[in-house]
Amino acid sequence: MAKPRLATGHFTGCFGCHMSFLDIDERILELVELVDFDKSPINDKKRFDQPVDIGIVEGGVSNDENAEILRDFRKNCKILIAMGSCAITGGVPALRNTMPLKECLEEAFLNGPTIGEGDGLIPNDPDLPVLLDKVYPCQEFVKIDYILPGCPPSADTLWAALTALLSGEEPSLPYELVKYD
Amino acid sequence: MTVAQKTAGRKIVINPVTRVEGHGKVTIHLDDDGHIKETRFHIIEFRGFERFIQGRPYWEAPTVVQRLCGICPVSHHLAASKAMDVVVGVDTVSPTAEKMRRLMHYGQTFQSHVLHFYHLASPDLLFGFDAPVEDRNVIGVIKAHPEIATKAVLMRKYGQEVIKATSGKKIHGTGSIPGGMNKNLSIAERDELLRDIDDMIAWSVEGLELCKSVVEADMEHLLAFGTFESSFVSIVKEDGCLDLYDGNLRAKDADGKIIFDQVPPSKYLEYIREEVRSWSYMKFPYITSLGKEKGWYRVGPLARINNCDYIDTPIAEAERVKFVALGGGRPIHATMAYHWARMIETVHAAEKIKELLNDPDLQGEELVRSGERRGTGVAWIEAPRGTLIHHYDVDKNDMITLANLIVSTTHNNEAMNRAVKRIADQYLDGQEITEGLLNRIEVGIRAYDPCLSCATHALGQMRLQVQLVGPDDAVIHEKFRE
Repeated sequence: MAKPRLATGHFTGCFGCHMSFLDIDERILELVELVDFDKSPINDKKRFDQPVDIGIVEGGVSNDENAEILRDFRKNCKILIAMGSCAITGGVPALRNTMPLKECLEEAFLNGPTIGEGDGLIPNDPDLPVLLDKVYPCQEFVKIDYILPGCPPSADTLWAALTALLSGEEPSLPYELVKYD
Repeated sequence: MTVAQKTAGRKIVINPVTRVEGHGKVTIHLDDDGHIKETRFHIIEFRGFERFIQGRPYWEAPTVVQRLCGICPVSHHLAASKAMDVVVGVDTVSPTAEKMRRLMHYGQTFQSHVLHFYHLASPDLLFGFDAPVEDRNVIGVIKAHPEIATKAVLMRKYGQEVIKATSGKKIHGTGSIPGGMNKNLSIAERDELLRDIDDMIAWSVEGLELCKSVVEADMEHLLAFGTFESSFVSIVKEDGCLDLYDGNLRAKDADGKIIFDQVPPSKYLEYIREEVRSWSYMKFPYITSLGKEKGWYRVGPLARINNCDYIDTPIAEAERVKFVALGGGRPIHATMAYHWARMIETVHAAEKIKELLNDPDLQGEELVRSGERRGTGVAWIEAPRGTLIHHYDVDKNDMITLANLIVSTTHNNEAMNRAVKRIADQYLDGQEITEGLLNRIEVGIRAYDPCLSCATHALGQMRLQVQLVGPDDAVIHEKFRE
């Protein structure tokens, strides 16, 4: 029987949730036996070419490319999990939602104290994705089946949820595995 | 994959660059004669920390700003804490606080270097640049070399345990605060970490030997691969010793001559400027006195090993001496030498962890100091990927009014563009992006271990898209990693 396929994606976050996933440590050797990895930042695969059983996404949506890839995950994954604060609420990057995007760009690229005279400009190029007005949680774009809170969720939390789903059970996490910091 | 044929004016795009995720893209611009005019490594995410941290209290900076990066959060946690030490009027934290922070930092250097070498870069080195995509990843390493992979997993785990023991959590901890630390190391925590440290030192030496054997087997090719000359910038102690946690800034030119030395953090504005280019969210820093054209430089493991006069741990120092001998009195410029230098530092970090664990100051009771409030704090640290600068202004209501963050990967921006240019010059044949070229561009960028998470102030692993672009900006050929 073919092994279940697992994909992971990253949008506007810090990669800490993926790092926490790696903190499953020795269990990663077990995971390699349990699943086949599809598209993920840890390998070189770029596009979906077959259905995936479980997709896990980190980070909120802050530009058109994030949105497109998130929709692609939804289309190709039977179960889609939002991992961590940014995917669930927008997280720290969503602090920019309380001010105009223009001010953030100006502060970084025009007003910074190390910007040399005549060296400042706001990047604007067809090769850059279009920034959205705000940073959005994933569920504002697609249906999310499960959320795993935490900044980041602990390796034990991720492992407990994943192994439950892989054995066809509804995950039921004990109180101590559900934290929000 | 579509291949547009044109006679003139082309652009090659590699998007995304993988095993560095986050969001990177490469374009190669051709002139009318089909020669490479320019290559661009685009950073395409933007988050805006400099602005949205304004109006928040200064004590939040060490925990909020570290959310720039989940790969090296400790660097930001500590750089922000050190800047805020200045703001709360503490010029010297207590020995217990300083050593706890150092232990945290060496733990993170150890785990981050291990992660990069084994999980991200080793597939290229173990399987070759042209190995099939399905194998050339960490899962392939686990399957083909389970013993190496198991040690890699346990080494990274050890570094993470050091971070947890000092900061409270493996990722985004809270141990360091303005003026010091909020915990010391218990005897139980110390003994737990001491138990495995000799294995960690031995295994990091094995990793270094593995790296050296790969390089030595193919020395001429690897040392020429994507190589170009540059200046180097890093922090050193007052006596020129390598120090990853604290010190003053030193810059050397391509011949190894000092450009500036012993510059304290408070003077950084006089020495470094940044340029913005329209096609990337990552800025381009340069040494002010040399100007934009000549002032760019490299940071990170290679810069640190080239710049320092010695290393204060025995195994790493002996390895440094062997390494710099390759340069014959000049700095080593090879892009792939980054891996070698990184593994020397991995050994150094393990040796330092052992030294610190045996220091009774870690069980000291004086954790926090205070002083007279100041309005500005600037601090730096050698993050795994290079010099990291944090600068904050804080008003009388304790609110942050300015934040300027120059992260390691940003310092290497021009260098990564040069590496791509050099590799494209070496390997672009005709008007098409071959799999071989795509692989090699990725390998070249990956040597710098770019953390795009930090850099935009965005994300960590990149996917790769390469576009070949003509003079009229039309895309001639495009290749994705898939």
